[in-house]
Amino acid sequence: MQPIIEIRGLKKTYASGFQALKGVDLDIRRGEILALLGPNGAGKTTLISIVCGIVRATAGSVTVDGHDILRDWRAARSLIGLVPQELTTEAFESVWATVSFSRGLFGKPPNPVVIERILKDLSLWDKRDTKVMALSGGMKRRVLIAKALSHEPRILFLDEPTAGVDVELRRGMWEMIGRLRESGVTIILTTHYIEEAEEMADSIGVISGGRIVLVEQKAALMEKLGKRLLTLQLQNPLDAIPAELADFPLTLSEGGRELVYRFDTQNERTGIAGLLRKLGDHGINYTNLRTEESSLEEIFVSLVRERA
Amino acid sequence: MNLHAIKAIYIFELARTWRTLFQSIAGPVISTSLYFIVFGAAIGGRFASVEGVSYGAFLVPGLVMMSVLTESVSNASFGIYMPRYSGTIYELLSAPVSAFETVIGYVGAAATKSVILGTLILLTARLFVDFSIAHPFWMIAFLMLTSVTFSLLGFILGIWADGWEKLQIVPMLIVTPLAFLGGSFYSISMLPPFWQKITLFNPVVYLVSGFRWSFYGAADVPVALSLAITGLLLMICLAVVWWIFRTGYKLKN
Repeated sequence: MQPIIEIRGLKKTYASGFQALKGVDLDIRRGEILALLGPNGAGKTTLISIVCGIVRATAGSVTVDGHDILRDWRAARSLIGLVPQELTTEAFESVWATVSFSRGLFGKPPNPVVIERILKDLSLWDKRDTKVMALSGGMKRRVLIAKALSHEPRILFLDEPTAGVDVELRRGMWEMIGRLRESGVTIILTTHYIEEAEEMADSIGVISGGRIVLVEQKAALMEKLGKRLLTLQLQNPLDAIPAELADFPLTLSEGGRELVYRFDTQNERTGIAGLLRKLGDHGINYTNLRTEESSLEEIFVSLVRERA
Repeated sequence: MNLHAIKAIYIFELARTWRTLFQSIAGPVISTSLYFIVFGAAIGGRFASVEGVSYGAFLVPGLVMMSVLTESVSNASFGIYMPRYSGTIYELLSAPVSAFETVIGYVGAAATKSVILGTLILLTARLFVDFSIAHPFWMIAFLMLTSVTFSLLGFILGIWADGWEKLQIVPMLIVTPLAFLGGSFYSISMLPPFWQKITLFNPVVYLVSGFRWSFYGAADVPVALSLAITGLLLMICLAVVWWIFRTGYKLKN
C-alpha cells in the first residue's frame, strides 16, 4: 500500500543559518502510530511544521496521500490535524466556539453532532461554554486536540502531546490516541518520553541532528538492537571467572556474588542452555536467576550517541 | 474557494466585537458626542456657516470619517496581531485557506464593524444637529470603501508589528494626525494658501472631502479625484497584502 506521507530529501535552513533538517527521507504507513524520537533541537518540530504548511522547506518534497503539499496544498492540508507543542489557545472564546471555528477553517460545514462527540470523547463537554483561559493546562491541551480533530482529519500530528501533563491525564490521552488509531487515523507523535513511544507506537523513527537515524517497527527495533542480560546469583562468591567458562561473555558483579551473561536477542541460539550445563558440570551453584531486556530508552541513547 | 473558512473567520472576528461591545461601540459614540458638544455647540456657535451649512452639520462627515479611519486600522490590526502574538496563527497557516480568503475574513469583519460604527455615529450626530444626505448611494460607497481600505491598512500593520508598541504607534503617530489635519474639522479653503498646497499630500483630505460631498454636494477637491485617490489607496494596500502572502513576510519561516 502507498504510504500516506512520503518525504523526500527534505532540507531546511533557517534565516539564522541554522540547518534544522539535513535531508530527510521518510515514509509513513497508513493507519500506524509513528513516534518520532529525538533530543531537543533534533528537527522534530521543523519536520512537522513543514508537512503542515507552517514552515517552508529549503529543498525536498512532501506528499500527503498523493497530494504534493505545495502544488496541491488544499487537498493535503484538509487531511491533516495538528496539535502544536505550545499551549497556544485563544483566551476569550468558549471551548465550543474555538473548536467550531477550527472546523470551519478547514473547510467543513458546521456539524454540532461531530463537535459534541469530540468534546465528549475528550471530557470537555461540561466545559463547552467555559472560556478557554479559565481552563487548566491539561484541559487546554485537550482543547487543542479537539481543534485538531474538529474537521475529522485522516492524519493527526501531535507535537509532544503529553509534555507537562500529569500521569493520569497522560494515560487518558494514550487511550484516546489508541481509539483514533482504531478508527483508521494515522498518527505521528513526537516525544522525548521513551515510555510513550514504547507504550503506543507501531513504528519508531529516531531523528538526531536534522537526520533520520532510523525508522523501524517497534518490535523489530527492540529485537534488533536489544541486548539481554542473564544474571545468576551464586551460592558461593567467585574471585574470577573460571577458565572453563572463558568462551562465554561473562562478568562478575556484586563482589563476585553475581555472574552476568550478556547475549544478543538476534541470535537464535542464545547459549543459555550450554552455559547452565557447564556451570552444573563445574559445580557452580546458583540460587536465583533473572533476565533483563534493554529498554527503548537505552537503545535510543546509544543510537544518538553513536551519531554524535 | 474555502467559503466555510471565510465564514468561520468572519463570524469569529465579529464575535469579538460583540464580546467587547461596550468598548467597541460606546467608546467612539461617546467621544463623538463630546466632539459635538465641544466643537459643535460650544465653539461652533461662534462660527458662521461653512460652505453653506452650519458648522455642526459640517462636522458630521468629518467626524464619521475620522472614527472610521482610526477604528478600522486599530480593529483590523488587532484582529490579525492577536493570533500572531498568542501563537494561534499556526492554525490559520496550516489550514487549507488561501491568502485571499484570509483577507476577506479578517478585513471583511473589521470593515463591517467600521460601517456599523459609522452608522451609529451618524445616528448619534442626528441627536445634536440637523443634517441631510444629498447622495446616499455615494455616502454608503465612500463609507464602505474607506472602511475596507483602512481595514486593509490595519491588517498590514498587524502583520508588520512585532510588539504592542508598534501596533499603537502607527495609529497614534500617523493615522490620527492625518485624520485631524485632513479637514475633519475645517474646510481646507480656510487654510493659508501654502498650507492648502501641503494639505493636498494628505490622502485623508480626499476621503473626507468626498464623503462630505455625498452629504452636502460641496467639496474641497473634485469628487472624482476623491474617488480615484481612495481607489488608489485600496490598490496599494491590496498589493502590499498580496506581497505579504506571496513572500510569507513575518508569517512563515
